[in-house]
Amino acid sequence: MGLRLPSKVLEHILSFIDSNEDRNSVSLVCKSWFETERKTRKRVFVGNCYAVSPAAVAKRFPEMRSLTLKGKPHFADYNLVPDGWGGYAWPWIEAMAAKCPSLEEIRLKRMVVTDECLEKIAASFKDFEVLVLTSCEGFSTDGIAAIAATCRNLRVLELRECIVEDLGGDWLSYFPETSTSLVSLDFSCLDSEVKISDLERLVSRSPNLKSLKLNPAVTLDGLVSLLRRAPQLTELGTGSFAAQLKPEAFSKLSEAFSNCKQLQSLSGLWDVLPEYLPALYSVCPGLTSLNLSYATVRMPDLVELLRRCSKLQKLWVMDLIEDKGLEAVASYCKELQELRVFPSAPDLDEANIPLTEQGLVFVSKGCRKLESVLYFCVQFTNAALLTIARKRPNLKCFRLCVIEPFAPDYKTNEPLDKGFKAIAEGCKDLRRLSVSGLLSDKAFKYIGKHAKKVRMLSIAFAGDSDLMLHHLLSGCESLKKLEIRDCPFGDTALLEHAAKLETMRSLWMSSCFVSFGACKILSQKMPRLNVEVIDEHPPETRPESSPVERIYIYRTVAGPRMDTPEFVWTIHKNPEIGVSHLAIK
Amino acid sequence: MEVTNGLNLKDTELRLGLPGAQEEQQLEVSCVRSNNKRKNNDSTEESAPPPAKTQIVGWPPVRSNRKNNNNKNVSYVKVSMDGAPYLRKIDLKMYKNYPELLKALENMFKFTVGEYSEREGYKGSGFVPTYEDKDGDWMLVGDVPWDMFSSSCQKLRIMKGSEAPTAL
Repeated sequence: MGLRLPSKVLEHILSFIDSNEDRNSVSLVCKSWFETERKTRKRVFVGNCYAVSPAAVAKRFPEMRSLTLKGKPHFADYNLVPDGWGGYAWPWIEAMAAKCPSLEEIRLKRMVVTDECLEKIAASFKDFEVLVLTSCEGFSTDGIAAIAATCRNLRVLELRECIVEDLGGDWLSYFPETSTSLVSLDFSCLDSEVKISDLERLVSRSPNLKSLKLNPAVTLDGLVSLLRRAPQLTELGTGSFAAQLKPEAFSKLSEAFSNCKQLQSLSGLWDVLPEYLPALYSVCPGLTSLNLSYATVRMPDLVELLRRCSKLQKLWVMDLIEDKGLEAVASYCKELQELRVFPSAPDLDEANIPLTEQGLVFVSKGCRKLESVLYFCVQFTNAALLTIARKRPNLKCFRLCVIEPFAPDYKTNEPLDKGFKAIAEGCKDLRRLSVSGLLSDKAFKYIGKHAKKVRMLSIAFAGDSDLMLHHLLSGCESLKKLEIRDCPFGDTALLEHAAKLETMRSLWMSSCFVSFGACKILSQKMPRLNVEVIDEHPPETRPESSPVERIYIYRTVAGPRMDTPEFVWTIHKNPEIGVSHLAIK
Repeated sequence: MEVTNGLNLKDTELRLGLPGAQEEQQLEVSCVRSNNKRKNNDSTEESAPPPAKTQIVGWPPVRSNRKNNNNKNVSYVKVSMDGAPYLRKIDLKMYKNYPELLKALENMFKFTVGEYSEREGYKGSGFVPTYEDKDGDWMLVGDVPWDMFSSSCQKLRIMKGSEAPTAL
């Protein structure tokens, strides 16, 4: 009781604790633990860049070495968040530059990053080593050049699915002429050509390079030449495979791959012709991760490839794999943990592929280690869902996208309630769930009751009434992120469960029936929630009972943000003031 | 105004009527009603069929880079030549006009195509490039504008010698 743990001892103990959730718990024990913890936290994660101010974070964690930030809501990936919404990296970079100059790693997701930000990073953090930008936008290749030129200790530079203003391939020549410390380089999202000679020389003088992901502009010849210089690669993203098939090209490619004896992960493969696939056979037995989701390869070429991948843990593929192909995966890829099947023809009119629920059932039965699923399919059945739940209670992530909105079980014409009930009940470790197809309020009663560990839930075109939201917000104990579109619930459940929203990171609702009036009440009732109405029209020009287009609600200790664009309306906490743009224009 | 896929979002968006006149269920949701569950309450709308499914914004939830890759950039068609042992495939999107395409075909199959004239088709070499269009008809390559051709061509066949009349 009277004994206090010396802070040095506590520090030492904390050095073994990496998980930020645990560290957050530690920091709540008492003031001195809070102090010791904050001074020793090296890896900082902020899931919503508007939940807390950059200055507060910089002040709290002076020894920060790694910062991870997320900006826009997830539905921004599907164009549901208008451009200009926010998520600017600059205030964070500026604050860290001033207070945490020893920062070595920055990872940003769905944020707006400008060249100015990149130049600031390059100029401010002398030990900078890792830059990973995922789904970011707002910068050009000039910014990348600044990083390449200035960060002498750069180990990781990854641009994952970013929208970059591509001013040409020059940026590559800005890496230091002497040997580099590069371990991972990913420029797969860039459009323009890089000079292959620049790339060859960079690879040759980067002895630690383990991961290289090229953009589609890199040709097959280029790939061969690079593989010859970097046979030690463990991860490879190829360039485009589109080229005239010449016999010599094939054998050169085959040979180059066969020399890459440590290759574990393969991606890219844009435009790959089936005739080239045999060149990959030599690396298949060692592959743990294969991303064929950009390869328009069909059966049976796919099976020829996949049956050689006995160690495969992660497979991303298009629905061109068909049920037959997944049946083969189920029998050859026994180590499979993650499966993602993307639609080859996202426009429904052209959907015509023999991929049904049966494909996923095969994999669920055959792959005992399967724990993460993303599956696009035109329609589904309850029976399939029940089988999947029964066979794979170890599922942690289950995202089913029945492409046809409101599609019932096509064999019984019932809603998919029973099926998703089985998933929620059976898969007790489920952390992430996306539901689709015809679903009544009942489905959400089951989910609310049984999905105790689900942290992220995505819902579209489902439910009948307010009950749906009521069930979710009164259950789902671990819910942190809820995103809903096109569901017919209104104000009641939202207001009734306002307190729940503070236990969550965020709630996104679009094309639902939540009224502006309810948003006002919610905002005034809950001082630590930002209630953002994203609507083309000023909410005051309409009656309070009219629904708003999109609402984004998130907990925050930073108050309403000051950088909202014209179409984002933050409800002022003071009922006298009403609605305002708090940005000073 | 947000425009996606060339379509004004307003077409499929939540509609707002006169102040005070709306009941919740009357409002059209920006989604497609299927034939079963929901009553279609928007009696104020035309009784035209619901908008085509491709018009739902952000649905299916696939990132735009995937949509582009899968539909737009690749357009492989099979190419056969009479007498050649196996078929080849070419990506029509790699060519911008007929001369480029014909040159590629000539390289691929080692032949030369004759001179094209609108009236008489291909003359001179005995090889005639033809294609199957979306309606299943076999047409002479070159008759229609390039864009029309490249979007309707399903298959190519290079007819040879006596099988190929000089005009179709």
